[in-house]
Amino acid sequence: MSKNTLKQVKTRKEMTKAQWTWFLIRKNKMAYIMVAPFMILFFIFTIIPVVLSLLLSFTSFNMLEPPEFVFMSNYITLFLDDDLFMTALKNTLIFAAITGPASYIISFCVAWFINELPPKIRSIVTLIFYAPSIAGNVYLIWGTMFADDAYGYVNGFLLDLGLIDTPILFFHNAKYVMPLCIVVALWTSLGTSFLSFIAGLQGINKSLFEAGAIDGIKNRWQELWYITLPSMKPQLMFGAILAITGSFGFGGIVSALAGNPPVDYVGYTLSHHLGEYQGNRWEVGYAAAISFLMFLMQIGANVLVTKMISKLGE
Amino acid sequence: MKKLRTRKHQVVLNRSAGGDVGITIMLTFLGIFMFLPMYYTVIQSLKPLNELFYFPPRFYVENPTPDNFTDLFNLMGDSWVPFSRYIFNTVLISVGGTFGNLVLSSICAYALAKIEFPGGKQCFWLIQKSLMFSATVGGLVNFITMSMIGWIDTYLAIIVPAWCSTLGLYLMKQFMESNVTTEILESSRLDGASEFRTFWSIAMPMVKPAWLTLIIYSFQGLWNAGSSEYIYSEQLKTLNYAIGQITAGGIKRAGASAAATVVMMMVPIMVFVITQSNIIETMGSSGMKD
Repeated sequence: MSKNTLKQVKTRKEMTKAQWTWFLIRKNKMAYIMVAPFMILFFIFTIIPVVLSLLLSFTSFNMLEPPEFVFMSNYITLFLDDDLFMTALKNTLIFAAITGPASYIISFCVAWFINELPPKIRSIVTLIFYAPSIAGNVYLIWGTMFADDAYGYVNGFLLDLGLIDTPILFFHNAKYVMPLCIVVALWTSLGTSFLSFIAGLQGINKSLFEAGAIDGIKNRWQELWYITLPSMKPQLMFGAILAITGSFGFGGIVSALAGNPPVDYVGYTLSHHLGEYQGNRWEVGYAAAISFLMFLMQIGANVLVTKMISKLGE
Repeated sequence: MKKLRTRKHQVVLNRSAGGDVGITIMLTFLGIFMFLPMYYTVIQSLKPLNELFYFPPRFYVENPTPDNFTDLFNLMGDSWVPFSRYIFNTVLISVGGTFGNLVLSSICAYALAKIEFPGGKQCFWLIQKSLMFSATVGGLVNFITMSMIGWIDTYLAIIVPAWCSTLGLYLMKQFMESNVTTEILESSRLDGASEFRTFWSIAMPMVKPAWLTLIIYSFQGLWNAGSSEYIYSEQLKTLNYAIGQITAGGIKRAGASAAATVVMMMVPIMVFVITQSNIIETMGSSGMKD
């Protein structure tokens, strides 16, 4: 960069800040051409939708007539008049509060457990734990395992052992829907963050552990707390973000296994509620309000947790 | 002095035998929990009809048969839209979406990682933040956008948004930052190579693990894509959707539906097995420094 600056008639010191920025922009024309295609699409399909959702959420709009400004009325209706929204909000928060941390902790623990296995075995174990998250709709097998009739594995065994007289309607009984869906969600949740943890653990400088042993670290738990976790903070951060975002987007598993809406609206989440208003009723303003609230919740949770992780070990 | 524990004649520090045993037991249980459903799916797909209806259900298969797989293809052959069409749709969407994402993301990642220009940091900040919310948030506005540009019920509605998925770009940028040294790029620039040429012939060959990872991620997501709100026509729908329809046939289709699931899951799993070491290598630089 300094080489090019020398060629200029003016040097950095003689230019104002704006002139200098303009100079850098012209010098790096190519960089703008390179980022443009991706960034334009990214704005159209990701950033602008969030902004527009916020704007639309202050309107009443049905796609046919022009939108009408109603200010906060959508939000007021949501919180005061829409019982189903409150159910969905509660369920979403419960799902997120359980599956987010649980999947994060399981991902980390498994990655940590298998870290010292020989490479061949480690890659097989990695495959076993990672496979459910990439294998498409393989989670439908849980529907077969917990099927309502005696041909379901679980009902079959319970009947055979004489523990129950009639099959349990697992996915159609308000008592079981939430716990089962959480288990299935956890089963499919060892994804990218899990791989990131494995790589992070592998990347820790081994001499740190030796130094730690000399400095009086007595067991693997102390080693985990004082060396391992602080050394892989960037991965912990990345993993947390993926775990949180994933835990709020929950909903597809409930629809697939328990139906939409599920029995008594148990397990009915914000994404179902949003689908109802944007897909079936076309109340765009109202749906936009739900979208924007989902956005706020996810960003809020993520910012909070990443702040916490960045404090780790300080 | 404490006796040092060894594993394979190497001294291991700070590892109690009790801890090793405890961890092995935990790992075994978790592993069985993870593996059993996958195992059932495969077993279920190999069972002949009478074994599917044994009471109580069995965890093994006595006479494995490929009947369910042939049934699946016959079943699909009779459908109004031929099965091959669903496969064609899924392959077209997966390949088209992945290719575009790879090209756009790697060019953009290179510029963000290796060229300093006003606005670059801000672009990357936005990309990082976009990992913090799910795509559902933008679904509503995207539907309106799609209907305005007339892409509803076309492949484009699925393929083009896939081009700007951010996870692959994020991983690619992080990987370039830690694995492509600035010196080597500078020397190429001094030789008079254009920025684009430097990217293509110097940087890209050095980040093979990252583009493999990006390909796998994008491909997996698109391969597993089910019914989409943008697509109405039956002949444009995907494999995953078609399989959902078979599964909805209930108990009489149990075998065929398990076979279908096996077919669906084999592809991403095989791809992962082949590329695992590259993906793990890419993940080594995935960390977020805030």
